[in-house]
Amino acid sequence: MIAALTNPRAFMRFSRWAAPTLGAIATVLGAAGLWLDFAARPDYQQGYTVHIMFIHVPAAWMSLFVYGCLGVASFLGLVFRHALADAAARAAAPLGAGFTLLALATGSLWGRPMWGTWWVWDARLTSVLVLFLFYLGYMALDAAIDDEARASRACAILALVGLINLPIVHYSVVWWNTLHQGSSVFRADGPAMPLSYLAPLLTLTLAYMAAFGALWLVRIRSEVWRRRAGVLALRAAG
Amino acid sequence: MLDFDAGKYAAFVWPAYGLTAIVFVMLIADTLARARRWRRAAERDEDQPEGADTPL
Repeated sequence: MIAALTNPRAFMRFSRWAAPTLGAIATVLGAAGLWLDFAARPDYQQGYTVHIMFIHVPAAWMSLFVYGCLGVASFLGLVFRHALADAAARAAAPLGAGFTLLALATGSLWGRPMWGTWWVWDARLTSVLVLFLFYLGYMALDAAIDDEARASRACAILALVGLINLPIVHYSVVWWNTLHQGSSVFRADGPAMPLSYLAPLLTLTLAYMAAFGALWLVRIRSEVWRRRAGVLALRAAG
Repeated sequence: MLDFDAGKYAAFVWPAYGLTAIVFVMLIADTLARARRWRRAAERDEDQPEGADTPL
């Protein structure tokens, strides 16, 4: 397993079957999650908007999880100068930006009928917007620097700085008085929702995670091919 | 039994699902297009005589 994550040839062999396997798992879990989603009864307070929770919360969790992956890959790339770690970091950023965009947009669509506003500058929403800007900043910086080694180092440092924002996002609803509600799942006294809501929420979360895994592996493979093509083109030219 | 009614909140529920579907389709399409493009580029260059081995 370690070899598959550090040796490019082993990684390409591993990811060749792991990516489609994760894609199939994501499809099955996504279908099961949607079935459980629309089998659930409307909430007695939120009515049918509870359906938005089943796609908003997994996107929000994934926005943090993917940034954690980006941070770890950036750290490994910066410290060990490992090409696969750099590729993994670069491959994670657009996916994380996609999940964060979904968290912000679906949250806004949920907030309008429940809070009476599309947006409020409270600590949770603002810190997630900052997370989105870190993703965009990472991709912009990567695109702006021609030298790949310099771009990787600069992006890794930016990604590591952005890690500071993760606990701020997570604890924002505890540290500050926010319009956004506190955690309903990870609580000391257990989840504050019935199993009929917890089941679609967790199933769709696993589907999102499997989808991320599949897409991440394919994007890392693309990075390996891109670098290989660049090296081979240079050799052919030289 | 499945219930696809969203009542008076349909204007918020279905755009949320539509947007989620669009973002997923875009991420999948971009990922597959990128993979296809660079795989072809790497395989094309490997056909050159100097490309006998395959560096990262």
